[in-house]
Parts: sequence; structure tokens; C-alpha cells
Amino acid sequence: MLLQHAAAAGTHPLSGTIAEWVWLLPLLPLLGFVINGLASLLSASHLGPDDPSLAHGPHGADGHAPHDGADAHGAHGDDHHPVVRHRYATLASIVGPAVLALSFALALAIFLAMRGAGEMASPFVQTYFSWMPVGDLQVDAAFQLDQLSMVMVLIITGVGTLIHIFSVGYMQDDPGYPRYFAYLNLFVFFMLLLVLGANYPLLFIGWEGVGLCSYLLIGFWFSEKANADAGKKAFIVNRIGDFGFLIAMFLLFANLGTLSFTGVQAGAASLGFGGVLVTTICLFLFLGCTGKSAQIPLYVWLPDAMAGPTPVSALIHAATMVTAGVYLIARSNFLFSLAPVASLVVVLIGALTALFAASIGLKQWDIKKVLAYSTVSQLGYMFVGVGSGAYVAGIFHLMTHAFFKALLFLGSGSVIFAMHRAYHHTHNHDDAQDMRNMGGLARYMKVTWVLMWIATLAISGVPFFSGFFSKDEILGGVFLRARESTLAEAHLFGIPGSYILYLCYVIGLAAAFMTAVYMTRMMIYTFHGPNRTGDREREHLAEAPWVMTGPLVVLGILSAVGGWFNLPKLIPFGPLGGLEHWLEPVVGESTLRVTNGVLPEASHGLELALVVAAVAIGLLGIFYAYSQLKPDRLVPKREAPGEEGFARVLNNKWYVDEAYDKAIVQPVVSTSRGLLWRGVDTGLIDGVMVTGSQKLAQVVGWAGSQLQSGQVGTYAWVLVIGVLAVIGAFTLR
Amino acid sequence: MLAESLFFSAVLFCIGVVGVLTRRNAIILFMCVELMLNAVNLTFVAFAQVYGVAGQVFVFFVMTVAAAEAAVGLAIIIALFRHRQTVNLQNINLLKG
Repeated sequence: MLLQHAAAAGTHPLSGTIAEWVWLLPLLPLLGFVINGLASLLSASHLGPDDPSLAHGPHGADGHAPHDGADAHGAHGDDHHPVVRHRYATLASIVGPAVLALSFALALAIFLAMRGAGEMASPFVQTYFSWMPVGDLQVDAAFQLDQLSMVMVLIITGVGTLIHIFSVGYMQDDPGYPRYFAYLNLFVFFMLLLVLGANYPLLFIGWEGVGLCSYLLIGFWFSEKANADAGKKAFIVNRIGDFGFLIAMFLLFANLGTLSFTGVQAGAASLGFGGVLVTTICLFLFLGCTGKSAQIPLYVWLPDAMAGPTPVSALIHAATMVTAGVYLIARSNFLFSLAPVASLVVVLIGALTALFAASIGLKQWDIKKVLAYSTVSQLGYMFVGVGSGAYVAGIFHLMTHAFFKALLFLGSGSVIFAMHRAYHHTHNHDDAQDMRNMGGLARYMKVTWVLMWIATLAISGVPFFSGFFSKDEILGGVFLRARESTLAEAHLFGIPGSYILYLCYVIGLAAAFMTAVYMTRMMIYTFHGPNRTGDREREHLAEAPWVMTGPLVVLGILSAVGGWFNLPKLIPFGPLGGLEHWLEPVVGESTLRVTNGVLPEASHGLELALVVAAVAIGLLGIFYAYSQLKPDRLVPKREAPGEEGFARVLNNKWYVDEAYDKAIVQPVVSTSRGLLWRGVDTGLIDGVMVTGSQKLAQVVGWAGSQLQSGQVGTYAWVLVIGVLAVIGAFTLR
Repeated sequence: MLAESLFFSAVLFCIGVVGVLTRRNAIILFMCVELMLNAVNLTFVAFAQVYGVAGQVFVFFVMTVAAAEAAVGLAIIIALFRHRQTVNLQNINLLKG
């Protein structure tokens, strides 16, 4: 720990390098936010193209599903409402992606400086000013640069840049164009604050900030109530998680007296291994994670968040923000490795979420809903990884998932864009996101088709695509830790940890099978079989412009080769365990603590068996879906019959939303309405307090006025009795 | 001598009080008030024999004030009578709240 103080004193290997400019990383997107925000505000006073109600024009009221891609109409020979491009559109399309690109370039430079600096055992902490000097609570505005935050910064700025470029095409005719880029830039600012903050409160500011941007962007087309409601749902559900995060911070401060990562890491050992306190802190932190990263029981907001523009779903609700919980656990590895019971809870919840969400994804018709549940499911995998102490595997999956899920979302954006354009040309009001209305799109959008297949193979764990390596590492990590680790020795509800971990491994395999099935299903229904879009619409289907396909290609390459960042020993084609070595200084100690001091070594045969099992189950899923699904039998949405039996349960998301509505929302609403409104507000406050005090004054006044009879004789009596009483009192005293 | 004087003035005062409490005629009420004033005057004089002339000086003040008060009071009663044709205080309750 002395090293960290040395770092602050300026003897760190990174001091004097470009890493000193780390503050500029988040500031660039903030600058973009200011410029785009001003452009949006300056034009806000002009009625016309800025009026959100014009965005959807005559489509607005027909209730045709989430209005994604509604922005896509216009510019293409639109006849009923001429779309005027926003007058600051050019400015926003330059500034928005440019600040991100600059930020990414700077991140790359810092990354190279870190590699050049050689072994870096302690984080590079830059303190700018004292933020909260309150007695014992000393919180600095400080950035912490280490290997973990570097990985996150590269993912955020890299994938973020691609998504910003994609948005230039996707949002081109939206009346709120600069506003969109302002929010997106602000999001990146807060996200970088989240991963660069050197203490929990600063991380929390970023955590809340990205929540705010998520809310703003989910409800970006707020003129439709469903979108605004989805934003509110995300915001409120996240508050429940944030409550847990806050409690965890309070507990940390009360017991350790510090909130900086280095300070907590230094003091963590004093909490004792497996103690009640550290377990409580970890569980509360994890409650925060379940909110932000959409795990059971707080995952319900993420599927609804698909109401936002598709690039937003790609950036915020797949690649970056929702992985903040995984980052938080990896960042707090020094706490979680001390709390095996809490870690078991993380693994179990992660595994259950992975299975549960995957099962819902099997029967969704909305292309973005499939991807949303897939995201929830993959986040579950990441928690299985970081929960079981395989921190590197969790972060690795976070990275590959950022690639292939961003690609999938952007690809679906491209599909929706094409669908919407086709429908728009023919004034068709069908659902542009429903897979039953698609089919055979491979003929019309070759690039998107090929790239989405790459992403599908990656997420299904087909060998040598990125997802194969990361998913395999997580499943293998759980399996090995079930045999020998502090988690396996712990007990949860009286059940030995090793049983739970083996169970989670099996659940993980089952979820991997479902993942392969629903992804293949999505691809087959969207791109293969006959086209169901409609005869007149068909001729308008076309590939998106290069500004949208370009980022897809880059993400496609990354999805294909992303596994090279951390190759297992079994496949010696390049630098072995790159990410593992890179993250060693941050999580190495905790990883060893979880595994009782020895790195889990599987025999060659066992490792091969694990890999073969994971691959086999993925391929099995793909072939199962391929053989069972008959896209020829599908009919467009408006002619489709409802699901029957178990498929209906899955299609209705296990009725979880309904159950939450009955169990929580309705009681809260009826309590608020019956007790708080009618009882307390109108009854107690209005009735008793306000009207009551007025009535009391009236009664007292009336009684007093009755004394004033106007009879002098009475007054005289009162006077005399009073005098006698006073004299009597004096006499008897 | 002092005791008798004080006893006499106390009796006078009580007669005045009882008069004020029991009678309804404004004139009699007024007279009873004067009676009480004079009872007090008598007390002053009685005490003046023991404690010096200050009490006797006070009596002059009281008599002056009582004269003025009688003038005003009687004027009010006359005005009241002209207005209401009665001086019975039971019929007069203008101060009713």
C-alpha cells in the first residue's frame, strides 16, 4: 500500500507521460454535450421541425408499436410531411462523433504509454481538488487510472465512437438531432467518470449520471406515452438498486473511514474474511448492480428500455452502462473475495438471470426485445464470472459482449431502418420491429446479414469467434471453482457452495443452449425464408448507407477476432492470456484468494472436455433451431394467431411484469390513493389540521362571544368574583 | 378609633358592591359606585391619622375625579334616557359580543 502513496507523490511510472491528460478523456464528451446542447437550445425557440409531435406525423396515433426507426422516414421522397433537416444537424454530426474519436485517440495514447511504462503494480491516481472535506469524510475529486479502468475506457470510447457514427445515419432526419447527440455525449462523459473515478462517491456520480442519460434517451421520443413511461420505469427501478449502493457506501465509511478505492483496498483485510459486515456490504453493492445491470429481481426495466432509439440500446443498454455493475464488482474485488457467501449469491443470481432471460428470449417477436433479453442473459454470465472470482473472465466477456451485442443492436437498427423506410414509402402502418413482418431480408441487405451472422455465431459460442473464448472461460472458471475455492467451502442456505457452483455451471450450459436457439431463431426469421413484408413494400427494402454499415463492419471484425485478446492455453495461436496478464495487478491478488492461493489448473483432458461441452451445446442449439423452425409457416403480425400454452407464458415474459404490478405497484398505488391521499392528505391534513384548526378557532371565538352579554351587571359580578378570588388567593397563601 | 373607621368604611364599601351587583337602575348603580368611592376616601382619612397627611391629599384628588366622573356619568345617563326612554340596565346591552 505504500506504493499507492508513492504514486500520489508523483513517482509513479506514468507520471510525466500522456497519462497526465486523463482528465481530458471525460471532458471532451462534456464539451460535445455543451456544444450540441446549445445547438439544441438555440433552435428550440423555433417552432416547426423541432416540435417533437411532428417527428412521427400521422404515424403518431396509430399505436404501431415502439416507434423505433420512426426517424427514418423523411428524406426519401416523403410526401405527406416534408422533413427539414435540423439546421444544426451538420454541426452535431461533426461535433458528436468527433469528441468521441478524440477521446478514443487519447485513450489509445494513454494505453500505449501504460504498456510502455512496463509493470505497473499500483494505480495511477490523479487528485484534482478536495471535493467533500467534511470532518472525517475526505473525498477528493480524483481519477484513478489502472489496467481495469483502461480496458473500460477503451471499450466505452471505442464502441462509443462507432455507435456515434452509426447514429449520424440512423438519426439523420430526426427533429431532435442535436439533442440526441447532446444526451449521447453526456452519457459518455458520465460513463467515463464512472470508470475513472478514484473513489466510490465519484463512481456513484457517474452511476447516477448514466442513469439520468439512460432515462433521457429511453424517453427520447417522449411525445408517445409508452416511451416516456419506459424511461420512468428504468429510472424508478434503478433507484431501488442505488439505495443498496448508498447503504454499502455508508457501511464502508462507518467501518473503514475512507471511500477511495486504494483506501478501502488497504483496509479491507480488517473487515475479516467471510465476516457478516463484509458480506452485508457486498450484498448491498450487488443490490446496486442488480438495478444497473438488470439482474433478477430488478431486470424488468431493460426490455422496456428498448423504447429508445436503437443506437442508444446498443451503446447504453448493451455495451456500456448495463455492464457498470460488472465493473463495480470487478473494481470491488478486494471486498468480494473476502465474502464467499455474497459471491455465491452473485453467481447464483447471475446464473438464474442468464437462464430466465434466455427462456423469455425464445418466444419474443420484437427483434429488439430478443436482443434485450439476450443482453440480460449475457449480463448474468458476466456476474457468474466476476461472482465466482474469475474476474478476468467476467471482464473479458464484458468486452466481447460489447462488440457482438453492439453489432447485433446496430444490425437490428439497420434492419428496422430498412423496414421503416419500406413501410413509409407505402404508407403502411405495420410494426417495423416485428420479426413476423420480416423474413428473407438477406437478399436485400447482404452486409447486415453477414455481419449479424458473425455476431450470432460469436454469442452462441461457436469456436474461434470472440464469444466462444469468453463464455468458455466463464463456464470453465465456475466449474474449476466448484472443485476448489473459498466459495466451494462456503455454505448458502445450508447448501455447500460447490453444489451451487456445479448447479450454476449446468444452468450456464442450459442458458448457452437457449442463447444459440433464440439467436438462430432471430436470424432465421429475420433474414431467411420468404419475405413477409408485403408485395408493395418489398421493392423499397435496401441496405443502409455506408455511414451505418461502416461501424458494423468494424464491430464485425472485433466480434470475430475479439477472442485474441485473451487466448486460452488450449489454443496457442497468439499471445496467451493477454487480458489476464494485463489485469493481473488489479485482480490477481483477489483471484488467488478465492482459489485458496493456487491458480485453478485443469488437466488437459478436463479442459478439453469443458470446451467440447460448451461448444457442443452451442452448436446443438443452432442446429436445433435450424431444424425445428419453419419460417415458411410464419404469417405477418396482423394475421398471426396468439401463442398457446407454454409459449404464451414465455411470450408474456413469465408474467413477471404483471406479478410485480399486482404485488408491488398496485398495493403502492392503492395505499397511496386510499391511505395517503384520502386518509392522510384529505383526511388528516386537510380535514383535521386545516379545517379542524379553523373550526377550533370558530368554536373558541363563539364561546368567548357568549361571555360578552352586554349586561353590565354580569360584568360586575365577574369583576367582583375575580377580585375576591385574587384577594382570597393572596390571603390564603 | 382606626379599627372602627376601617370597619365602617368596609361596611360602606360592601353596601356599594351589593348595590352595584343587585340593582338595575343606572342612577342607583351610579350612586352605589359613589358610595364605594367614599368608602375608600374614608379609609384614606383613617390611615392618614397614623401615617401622615398624604392620605388626606389623596382624598382631595379622589373627590375631584369623582366630581368629574359624576358629571360625565350623569350626562351619559341622560343621553341614554333620551335615546331609550329607560335607565334600566337590563334593557341595555349594546356591548353584547
